[in-house]
Amino acid sequence: MNRTDPFVEFSGVQKTYDGETLVVKNLNLEIARGEFLTLLGPSGSGKTTSLMMLAGFEAPTHGTITLDGRPLNRVPPEKRDIGMVFQNYALFPHMTVAENVAFPLRVRDVAGPAIFERVKRALDMVHLTSFTARRPGQLSGGQQQRVALARALVFEPKLVLMDEPLGALDKQLREHMQMEIRHIHERLGVTVVYVTHDQSEALTMSDRVAVFNEGAIQQVAPPDEIYERPSNSFVAQFIGENNRMTGTVEQREGGQCRVRLDDGTAILATAVEQATVGARSTLSIRPERVRIDPAPGAVANLFDATVEELIFHGDHLRVRVAFGGVSDFVVKVHNSDDRPSLAVGAPVRIGWRPDDCRALDAVG
Amino acid sequence: MTATTASALAAGLGPDGLSLKASLARAERRSRLVSFALVAPLLLFIVASFCIPLGFMLYRAIDNPEVAETLPATVAAMKGWTQGGVPDEPVFAALAADLIAAQKARTTGLVGKRVNYEIPGARSKFLKVGRELERAPAGGPWKPVFEKSDPQWTDPVFWSALKRIGQPMTAFYLLSAVDLRLDQTGALTRQVPDQAIFLDVLFRTLWISLLVTVSTLVLGYPIAHLLASLPPRHANLLMLLVLLPFTTSILVRTTAWVVLLQTNGVLNDVMVWLGLLDERIQLIYNRFGTVLAMTHIQLPFTVLPIYSVMKGISPAHMRAARSLGAGPVYAFTRVYMPQTLPGVGAGCLLTFILSLGYYITPALVGGPLDQMISYFVALYTNRELNWGQASALGAVLLAVTMVFYAIFNRLVGIDKVKLG
Ligand SMILES: Nc1ncnc2c1ncn2[C@@H]1O[C@H](COP(=O)(O)OP(=O)(O)OP(=O)(O)O)[C@@H](O)[C@H]1O
Ligand SMILES: [Mg+2]
Repeated sequence: MNRTDPFVEFSGVQKTYDGETLVVKNLNLEIARGEFLTLLGPSGSGKTTSLMMLAGFEAPTHGTITLDGRPLNRVPPEKRDIGMVFQNYALFPHMTVAENVAFPLRVRDVAGPAIFERVKRALDMVHLTSFTARRPGQLSGGQQQRVALARALVFEPKLVLMDEPLGALDKQLREHMQMEIRHIHERLGVTVVYVTHDQSEALTMSDRVAVFNEGAIQQVAPPDEIYERPSNSFVAQFIGENNRMTGTVEQREGGQCRVRLDDGTAILATAVEQATVGARSTLSIRPERVRIDPAPGAVANLFDATVEELIFHGDHLRVRVAFGGVSDFVVKVHNSDDRPSLAVGAPVRIGWRPDDCRALDAVG
Repeated sequence: MTATTASALAAGLGPDGLSLKASLARAERRSRLVSFALVAPLLLFIVASFCIPLGFMLYRAIDNPEVAETLPATVAAMKGWTQGGVPDEPVFAALAADLIAAQKARTTGLVGKRVNYEIPGARSKFLKVGRELERAPAGGPWKPVFEKSDPQWTDPVFWSALKRIGQPMTAFYLLSAVDLRLDQTGALTRQVPDQAIFLDVLFRTLWISLLVTVSTLVLGYPIAHLLASLPPRHANLLMLLVLLPFTTSILVRTTAWVVLLQTNGVLNDVMVWLGLLDERIQLIYNRFGTVLAMTHIQLPFTVLPIYSVMKGISPAHMRAARSLGAGPVYAFTRVYMPQTLPGVGAGCLLTFILSLGYYITPALVGGPLDQMISYFVALYTNRELNWGQASALGAVLLAVTMVFYAIFNRLVGIDKVKLG
């Protein structure tokens, strides 16, 4: 088999539960061997459903899923050799930690001494060696999460699925576990499909992120590309913060275009495919890419604005400004000692490069 | 924190110098009083309607007032008499005085009946001598009157038995409830064969209860599983069907079984009509009918605790097991079933213990050899008017129930049981 063949492939997959609405619409996705892919999207967008189809607990109503070149349609879950970590861990309460981790090995009739050895190694990996005799009910959330992880990895599956595994943990523990999962992935080289609706989790952990909305993939790309170059306004809106302005494309030249806002302001921006002349477009710019008092000639878009509100955030300052017909425009200023002095109601000059502003499809 | 408070805390002392335990106790006293006041009415009700009657019932099993109260002088006179022969005139004189008084109070029969339990035929001899004593010349001597009335009165065995029966308390009823008795020398022996029926009844009671428990479990486990996994709309309807038996009286349900199962009943009619049977079969007034009708009544008691435990088992567990490589059967037996055990334990314990006390159903749909211990309690209470024996049987049933509860607690752990 060719090494470049996709390891997991969804082609034309659809799913409906009630025969009326498609919960997953025409899903096409390829996942490479050893990749860490995250499915990110709002609640109800079909992430869990897609994962469940891959794991074998739901059948696609249309299309095929292949794993390692093998169509999965008729393969029951226990024959797929896919490790899975559930949102609420799904540890077996009547078994000890060691028995839980040994479960997949027992099922596979691994010999006793080998089981002991492998369980120990798996628990070592998640730093839980001293808890083997406890029951899941006697563990903290983070510890249970690690047991679930050890259990999903102990039988050395080639593919591991995780459905919001860190959802129930507090922020600090969650960040710590993100690192651990990431390290384990690097060490073992397994393929991971990870589901979350926490965008920072998706951005920090993944090789690639697939953004879901309403049962369809909006964009699949590495985290930096998703953040820097969203391909439509849903992605721009969903990932990170952004300022939106609506107007009509007036002129397009290569990758750049000029958009005229409804109040007459003209803005230069980077165009995506849909932004053809005459089309409505939503402009998107990240607050941290807007400069205050830019050096003359440094930016092509330059406006006189008024400071409406100042919000202190510790390491940065959020400045809400109004200009032209735009209010609710946020600028992020780093809290360094050379930051410009700003006062509410005072005039301020703001500007940005066309490269940082994207003309996307119109919404609303 | 200062060094002194730190060392006080280390010594288990609070800032005010009281030990932490003492301040905790003080803080909790009030809330304990409040909760006690809240349960007090129920507690009183249980004490008055359950604990006290139960105590009286248990006391009845060893209470032995008949001879001691009706023949007080005789009992006192026999104090000095050592067993082994026939007493002399003073004892007979005391007995004569007691019996003449008893004749007046019409209690001779009562004494006779009590003695009769241990010495068959004694009752009529008491009544006979009672009549003769009334006619005998006052002032005695009394012994000849007795000697003339019946040889029993000169039988050493009778006299040692009477002395024993004169004690205010007796183990007689309890012993006979487990087919034991004290022989003339006061040694523990087996009950005479034609009266030794209670152990049989006890084992029968346990066996029928076990059969009922097992059949409710076999029938109820799949229903509970179905109930727990159906979507709520269908589950509610099914639940209604499961609870239906609760809404009809036991008597009505049991009679319905009679209508269905009797030799000329619906079931036999249908089977003959279909040609499945050549001859009508006996489906009722036997063990089969008893277990069937009791299973029907007990089914909800077994199903509900199992259902409520199953309801709490996350479907993710089965999925997790499957994703870890277990087939459906392996996952069910290793992951699902062990988690239902607390419910199975609770349901079975409930049904078993309730079955031990069944009376009306076996009485209506069982044969003579299907009557359980409660039948005999009722028999001794209502027909024989031998409350001592009824109480002793009740006490044995209570003891057996507690033994089973203790065994269950040891094996399963009652704290793991979930009723809902
Ligand atoms: N078993 C089911 N029967 C019917 N509808 C379902 C079922 N499971 C999910 N759905 C519906 O399918 C849609 C997608 O659900 P899914 O669980 O895949 O979303 P999700 O992206 O995982 O959301 P979340 O982030 O909240 O977990 C939802 O509208 C949901 O109501
Ligand atoms: Mg989900």
